Amino acid sequence: MMKIAIASGKGGTGKTTIATNLAWVVGASGRKVQYLDCDVEEPNGHIFLKPTIEKTRVVTVDVPEVDSDKCTGCGECGRICRYSAIIHIRDSNVLIFEQLCHSCGGCLRVCLADAISWKPLAIGDIETGKAGDVGFVHGRLRIGQVRTPSLIGEVKRCIQADSLAIIDVPPGTSCPVVEALRGVDFVLLVTEPTPFGLNDLKLAVGLVREMGLAFAVAVNRCGIGNDAVEKYCRGENIDIILRLPDDRRIAEAYSSGQMIADVLTEHREKFSELHEFINGASAKM
Amino acid sequence: MKIAITSMGESLDSKVDPRFGRAAFFLVGDTETMDFSAIRNENVSAGGGAGTSSAKTVIDSGAEAVVTGNCGPNAERTLSAAGVKLYVGVTGTVAEAIDLFRNGKLEEAEGPNVQSHSGTGN
Repeated sequence: MMKIAIASGKGGTGKTTIATNLAWVVGASGRKVQYLDCDVEEPNGHIFLKPTIEKTRVVTVDVPEVDSDKCTGCGECGRICRYSAIIHIRDSNVLIFEQLCHSCGGCLRVCLADAISWKPLAIGDIETGKAGDVGFVHGRLRIGQVRTPSLIGEVKRCIQADSLAIIDVPPGTSCPVVEALRGVDFVLLVTEPTPFGLNDLKLAVGLVREMGLAFAVAVNRCGIGNDAVEKYCRGENIDIILRLPDDRRIAEAYSSGQMIADVLTEHREKFSELHEFINGASAKM
Repeated sequence: MKIAITSMGESLDSKVDPRFGRAAFFLVGDTETMDFSAIRNENVSAGGGAGTSSAKTVIDSGAEAVVTGNCGPNAERTLSAAGVKLYVGVTGTVAEAIDLFRNGKLEEAEGPNVQSHSGTGN
């Protein structure tokens, strides 16, 4: 089934608002749908969807551990490490910096004494459950951990083949975003009609084009700022498939953790149309 | 005593580089003979791990003490594991820093004085 990512260059444009409402409307239509919050450094889709969590599991990555009794002090582990995460000082004195490690396994392979083994490092937790008709998944990175893409990859492994997957992507254009976007069928880039929104939209468009992904734009808070986003999209032949107005009532619903689709029925239609568009797009694939 | 000073250039007239992991050079030499030579730091633009690998460079040079501006936790842990003494907060030229060291005017650091990644983006 189709995987749709809701992303944006700029933070605070309304990714989660759109992703949760879309999932909600699709779920209400009777179609099987999952909402996956990949913004694992600060997931907040649960505030709107209010899921019942059924399962929690710890996500670990492998980091090396050295048995100093076996270590011959050859220093090969330190020489192979591109991240300087394992440092051989002298004799069998080897230091490991878990936060620098990328789990490539180079040190294990070059150790002739077989003194290095993997040990698990807990980086975060995945919670799964149900929010009405919507399957809910989110990851939470633990404080002090840096392996954001690894946790995002695990969240995406919870995608069920028979479900439409709506992926809430972290903001920006760096590694976590690339990991969240990898392998999706369609990206909706959310922006706002301001110079900031346009600047960061251009960065996001550059990224999705580089990744060769099909995409369109959603403009949130229409009515503020200027028309530069509209002009840019026209000039670049980018479809704007959703426009949400700058409406105080949306902000009020948002700030009290309510779904727009529930509270403001006139906007509900917009999410249904978005669902239709996605259906049409998936029919073409 | 053999010491290493982070330096912006290759001579003793150079300014002390305020960053440890991403220092341009390490001037390594004996404070008795004043015979110093420059090691170019390959980790200046490393993606990550500049602190630990620079500490490794200094340890392998045989220096028993490091004189620098700022040193983060990973570099400090590495230097400390090798028994290399650390002196931070030093400014001015390398020659001046050596003088301070020789005259016992520097106080040994008890730990890192900055966070990880402090030397990036400067």
